[in-house]
Amino acid sequence: MSLLNSLKGGGRHGVPSGDQRDAMGVLLATVQKVTTSSLLDRLGMRKQAEQLVFTSTSGGFRVAAAAGRTWQKVGSQKAGVRASRSAGDGVFDLTPTEDEQMLVDVVGEYAAELVRPAAAAADEACATPPEVLAAGLEIGLPMLGVPEALGGIAETRSAMAGTLVAEALARGDMGIAVAALAPGAVATALGLWGTEEQQRTYLPAFTGEKTTPAATLALSEPRVLFDPLEPATTATRTDDGFLLSGTKSAVVRGAEAELFVVGATLDGLPTLFLLESGPPGLEVEADPSMGLRAAALTRLTLTDVRIPAGNVLGDADSYRECVRLSRLAWCALSLGTAQAVLDYVTPYVKERQAFGEPIAHRQSVAFMVANIAIELQAMRALTYKAASRAARGKDVARDVAWARKLCAEKAMQIGNDGVQLLGGHGFIKEHPVERWYRDLRAIGLMEGAVLV
Amino acid sequence: MAINLDDPKKLRGLRDQAHQVAMNMLRPISRKYDRAEHTYPTELDMLAAILDGLNDSGTSQGAGAAGVRRTEDAGPTGNRNGANMATVMGAVEMCWGDVGMMLTMPRQGLGNSAIASVADEEQLERFKGTWASMAITEPGFGSDSAAVSTTAVKDGDHYVLNGEKIFVTAGERSDSVVVWATLDKSLGRAAIKSFVVPKGTPGMKVERLEHKLGIRVSDTAVISFTDCRVPAENLLGTPDIDVSKGFAGAMATFDNTRPLVAAFAVGCAKASLDLTRDLLDRAGVTVDYDRPAQNQVAAAARFMQLEADWNAAYLLMLQAAWMADNRRPNSLEASMAKAKAGRVGSEITLACVELCSTVGYSETELLEKWARDSKILDIFEGTQQIQQLIVARRVLGLTSAELK
Repeated sequence: MSLLNSLKGGGRHGVPSGDQRDAMGVLLATVQKVTTSSLLDRLGMRKQAEQLVFTSTSGGFRVAAAAGRTWQKVGSQKAGVRASRSAGDGVFDLTPTEDEQMLVDVVGEYAAELVRPAAAAADEACATPPEVLAAGLEIGLPMLGVPEALGGIAETRSAMAGTLVAEALARGDMGIAVAALAPGAVATALGLWGTEEQQRTYLPAFTGEKTTPAATLALSEPRVLFDPLEPATTATRTDDGFLLSGTKSAVVRGAEAELFVVGATLDGLPTLFLLESGPPGLEVEADPSMGLRAAALTRLTLTDVRIPAGNVLGDADSYRECVRLSRLAWCALSLGTAQAVLDYVTPYVKERQAFGEPIAHRQSVAFMVANIAIELQAMRALTYKAASRAARGKDVARDVAWARKLCAEKAMQIGNDGVQLLGGHGFIKEHPVERWYRDLRAIGLMEGAVLV
Repeated sequence: MAINLDDPKKLRGLRDQAHQVAMNMLRPISRKYDRAEHTYPTELDMLAAILDGLNDSGTSQGAGAAGVRRTEDAGPTGNRNGANMATVMGAVEMCWGDVGMMLTMPRQGLGNSAIASVADEEQLERFKGTWASMAITEPGFGSDSAAVSTTAVKDGDHYVLNGEKIFVTAGERSDSVVVWATLDKSLGRAAIKSFVVPKGTPGMKVERLEHKLGIRVSDTAVISFTDCRVPAENLLGTPDIDVSKGFAGAMATFDNTRPLVAAFAVGCAKASLDLTRDLLDRAGVTVDYDRPAQNQVAAAARFMQLEADWNAAYLLMLQAAWMADNRRPNSLEASMAKAKAGRVGSEITLACVELCSTVGYSETELLEKWARDSKILDIFEGTQQIQQLIVARRVLGLTSAELK
């Protein structure tokens, strides 16, 4: 058995499971094993290796989720307050409303002055500095999608405003944008689909003066070809509620979250559940990924986690709507970061000299920049169209799918070209393009986390 | 005011009208004239009369190329969805019918766009009702339109034209030709002017018609000018050579025609997408828009991507037209729209042929025709590369001397 195992080289370290070790391979593997372990001891690194910070490594480090505040249930099970659809006058227009423009200006300033300067360090630390998050709360990010009647700032459905805000934030940094927008995603979901009890129980904390909780919308699961409409996480009925079991991945700020919205299959249908932090059976571990590191991604493991009957959020239809609006938010984020790439490469290629002139004077370079500008505008048009339709309560299934398809493909191309245009300099951390390259890979695969 | 990128409510009627015209008058004769290259589709005379009627009665804001004039009246200060948007939306539907026929629609020629863009009020009145084709390209140049070598020499109250023009769309059928010629080659771009030359003017001769990959219904002529005398008042715009203004006068045409040619590409590609959607559906392939593309069959995923690109091109086209309607400079956006529409036009029509296998490749369907027709739309009125050059110069803030 052990011989068989040592022959089987594949199945870990990224080696396909069918790969076999030959005699030379077995020898090399043994040498490697010994060297690695003795090196650690000789250098006195064993202890350090075991003390790596929670956030920047995965495996073996599990914490029970933060036992946060206790929520006092109030209100009934009837439908909560809903924001009205925004009115449409049937006129084609690319001009934001005055309110939206004000919001974009404020958020843009925050993104330029606080978010961008903090981005590199936050990426390194796998966490967004509390003071940056606090400033985001001050400008009202979590209240954006909450109807006025519930203490928020949304006069009508907020998909368009949310899109513009996400874009402006991600122009500063996508990872920090995701971290800052995560509580708002939960508040928006409560506004859109919550019962009166859910809204009265949870929303005051988001709209209050200073107590905004960390909260997060967890849809993704660590599975190949993951389809959010078929979560493997399951909910089974009990006498007084449900038991949730499964694993959620890429959960934003999961270690500090006090309130989760988790997707799970109930009676064969995808359903959202409100889950307070701290129950038995809920474990969180760090899930550092290629990018979005400032968003402190985590994995949730749920083992028969008990949830009260009143904590189902919406139904299968609202789950579907949630998936769409979340994808839309990711499209919006891609616009901001792609714009950041364009803003950055434009002066660079005009200054960088090669063969006696700026590289921008060469068509092969200039045309890459032109295509970034063209495709970014195309991404923006599709995203805005979908967002505007969502705000007006129109069906957006196709619009969101098209926006997501284009953004996934073109945003990654833009991230790729951004590094390419800087050459070797693009590959090193002195310039932000390598971070944008990593962040933009999230578009098209991330589900949940943000919502407009 | 609020962001809204749906088709404007007040133009949906026009759009649907144009769609009916295309479906019932263009499609039935589409293949016939693809096969009978160089034969004028007499059916279009009736259609042109209907379009004229619609234009005159004001129920349509121009389903053809004639409606792209930038009026100077102040108008309401708010957001406008006007003639430019109407024109591109109408053109999309007409080209969904047949892009070649759109190009050979009587009194809707590209020369009409030039007249609408550059002519003064007197000329506009005098050339009303003419069917004008456009003659820019010469054997010695294509994209480099500053290299015009056809000359125009003032002689009394006439200009005398000499030179050869190629690729003149509707060059044989039109009533007149808008000819680009230089007053003084040594003065470069600023000396290039356009002249309306009526058919039958002595010295002007249609030499031959080209045989083409696509848009075969549209005649493409070679026209020679030998001591061809044109009345001085047929020079469009000002005869002054303002070196500081450079090429602006003649090139202004393109800011207006680029969204229009983008619309041609968008319309042609829409024809392919609509039929392929139907054929795929009948073959059991439908797109589930809520499922990740990679979880669906490859044909569905590919089709969704084609639709995404098509919608992007459509919206860039609308944006460029909307900016023109609201009198915002749109040179950058017009080139973006033309670049995106031109390239996805080819991608989409060619992919649809592939998706439909030999059904797509055979002349029994029109998919192969649209894949041939679409290619020219990424070439004329500024090739893909010219559009990229324009966009790059604008975005990077470089002159044509810096970014060649």
